Amino acid sequence: MAVKNFGFAAIKPRTIDFEQFDGRLLSEILELEPSFKVCLSCGGCTATCSAGNLVSFNIRQLNLLLRRGETVGLENEIKKCMLCGKCMLVCPRGINIRNVIMLIKKSVAKSHSLKR
Amino acid sequence: METPSFALPFIIGLLFIISFLIVVTIIWIAGLSKIDKIRIWKNMPTRKTGEALAETFMESLLHRKIFRKNPVLGYMHTSLAFGWFLLIVVGHIETALHYRTLSFPIWKSIFFRYAEQTPPAGFESKFFAASMDFLLLIVLSGVMLAYYKRIHKSLFGMKRTTRLKVGDRISLTALWLIFPLRLAAESVSANLYHNGSFLTQSAGNLLASFVPVQQMEMPLWWAYSCALGVFFLTMPVSRYMHIPVEVLLIFLRKYGIRLKKNVNTYTRVQVFSCSRCGICLDSCQMNHANIRNTQSVYVLKQIRGRRLSDEQLFNCLLCGRCQNDCPVGLDLNNLRITQRIESTMEYNSQYDYLKSDCMPKPVSTEVIYFAGCMTHLTPAIIKSMRALFEMAGVSYWFMDEDKTACCGRPLMQAGQYQAAQKLVDHNREKIQASGAKTLVVSCPICYKVFNEDYSLPGIRVVHHSEYLLELMADKRLPIHKLPLRAVYHDPCELGRGSGIYHQPRLLLDEYANLIPVRNEKEKAWCCGGSLANIKIQMSERDQIRQKAMEEYLSYGPDVLVTACPLCKKTFAKDRNLPVHDLSEVVYMAIRQKSTGNTSEDPGKKEVNYEQIFFPRITS
Ligand code: SF4
Ligand code: SF4
Ligand code: SF4
Ligand code: SF4
Repeated sequence: MAVKNFGFAAIKPRTIDFEQFDGRLLSEILELEPSFKVCLSCGGCTATCSAGNLVSFNIRQLNLLLRRGETVGLENEIKKCMLCGKCMLVCPRGINIRNVIMLIKKSVAKSHSLKR
Repeated sequence: METPSFALPFIIGLLFIISFLIVVTIIWIAGLSKIDKIRIWKNMPTRKTGEALAETFMESLLHRKIFRKNPVLGYMHTSLAFGWFLLIVVGHIETALHYRTLSFPIWKSIFFRYAEQTPPAGFESKFFAASMDFLLLIVLSGVMLAYYKRIHKSLFGMKRTTRLKVGDRISLTALWLIFPLRLAAESVSANLYHNGSFLTQSAGNLLASFVPVQQMEMPLWWAYSCALGVFFLTMPVSRYMHIPVEVLLIFLRKYGIRLKKNVNTYTRVQVFSCSRCGICLDSCQMNHANIRNTQSVYVLKQIRGRRLSDEQLFNCLLCGRCQNDCPVGLDLNNLRITQRIESTMEYNSQYDYLKSDCMPKPVSTEVIYFAGCMTHLTPAIIKSMRALFEMAGVSYWFMDEDKTACCGRPLMQAGQYQAAQKLVDHNREKIQASGAKTLVVSCPICYKVFNEDYSLPGIRVVHHSEYLLELMADKRLPIHKLPLRAVYHDPCELGRGSGIYHQPRLLLDEYANLIPVRNEKEKAWCCGGSLANIKIQMSERDQIRQKAMEEYLSYGPDVLVTACPLCKKTFAKDRNLPVHDLSEVVYMAIRQKSTGNTSEDPGKKEVNYEQIFFPRITS
């Protein structure tokens, strides 16, 4: 109760659970878009994002989740991107974020059609 | 005379290729949509057929467009195609006149020097014999050039030529052998029967002085016939399929058939029409970044073999330079987009969030200003446009001032048409609800899509370069020429994409001194920033930009002016030359005038770039 009064809420620990770590998508993407390796999670992409301006959509966070191997739910989030290209222009590392997005979309679609 | 046995390979090959072509033509036309078939049927009895015939003559035989590009390359193609065509036609006339009939077996005209073993008597026969020799000489010169082109290229490593498949290799060898073998066979016969003319007769006499021509006659005619037969038999699996298919393409195109948003048989017709001439290789700026396997000719080859990878398909700027140069007139950008649609079909987004209430409501207005996502990264353009609207007394609604969907063009370039349609529908509803008559756009990418894919009846879509020109012509904006030398960079989507070359130049010339450059208008460079390329790395974009910048710098301009926020942002990375949008130049010039800071000012003779664009720092 006391904690709540200070304006803090209990948050889940953010340590990576290696039992859950699913690196398949990550390695696939790193292979095809090596520039993604140098993301420094600065958040520039999120700050400028056209989709993020309209709806809750945090591309930096998605990048981070992908790196942490937490790919559950990624698919529904990534669909919000409009491919406008602003993120690519502001990224200080020159990362081709749109390719990462398209690769995620493709890979998810592929795994779906395999399951079917 | 009986049909000689050596004519058999030729006859088999000819029968095969004719029946093959009839079958594929039927299959391809049958595969078109019903509307397209009606279109062909309706247009057939009109003058379009005549126009198509004329175009076939000019392009398939004379290769006018290749001539314009490079005379030597043009001569090589024309001498082979038109020379061969004339050999066949004149050969037939010669045979028909000789036998005084139109019905003779085809082998007689093809192997005339064997079939007719009497020396030419009289002016007519001598004339034809000489003409045939002359034509053969022309074709042989083309073949020699073709040999030379291959050797020269590999010797000097000038350009990569397409790696040949087995089918291509056999076909190419056959084609290269046909005419030298024809020369040899006819020369030998000429020596034996004295029926040659200046070329074959002298070559035959020369040959006879050191080889036994008697024994060589039959083997040579056999070899010639086999070369013809093999060429015809391998045509369907080689690039020479383009010879007949290009004719079909010309007719279908004249009848109004266009590429669709899905792959159909017309796509195949386009793909098979590529002659792999390699002209598009030189146009492509991907070379500047050392990317050498994604150019149109390679992509078409992969589509034909159904082996296209995403890495190749998406690594292209869709700048349209190759399309502009392609002598066959292939619709290369749309061909690529169609493939991208097929490749990304399974994962189009829905954008349900656009339906929520948080989106701004449309405002009732006459004029809408849509800056575009890219323009929001270049605030100077927005600032200039706002100021210019105000100066001209235009009341407008800034549609994407805060929240709007993207125009949808980047999605379309990536092949995601279904997803883009959601954005298009959303934006169109808002535009129409505003009751506007004019939509002013700052970004050529948006401009193209608003113009072509949003149906907006009663609403005029204008790029700000056109709009400002109109305001200036109406005297709603004052004119003031800055003493700056300016190079204008044509944005791909505005220039080649939408055909707007003159309005920006007319406007710019009123506000600065426009200097022409070599690669401009249809030949303009891409800045390298194109959103259509999903695969390219930033460092590679930089290389492409640098090459373009080098040319601009060689003209010693004070400023590089463009009309696209993305081009501006891309070029602005280069520290050697200031880059501005057209709207900024117009705004700065007018502001310069109103502050009285002009070059006519007696106190200040010279006004330089810094004083105009950064007056606070320099004063
Ligand atoms: S802007 Fe670039 S470096 Fe920064 S978080 Fe986004 S992708 Fe990573
Ligand atoms: S391309 Fe997608 S992620 Fe990048 S800024 Fe645009 S909407 Fe956001
Ligand atoms: S696409 Fe056009 S320019 Fe390129 S090789 Fe084919 S025919 Fe030649
Ligand atoms: S559109 Fe431009 S980048 Fe793409 S292949 Fe043609 S010339 Fe090269």
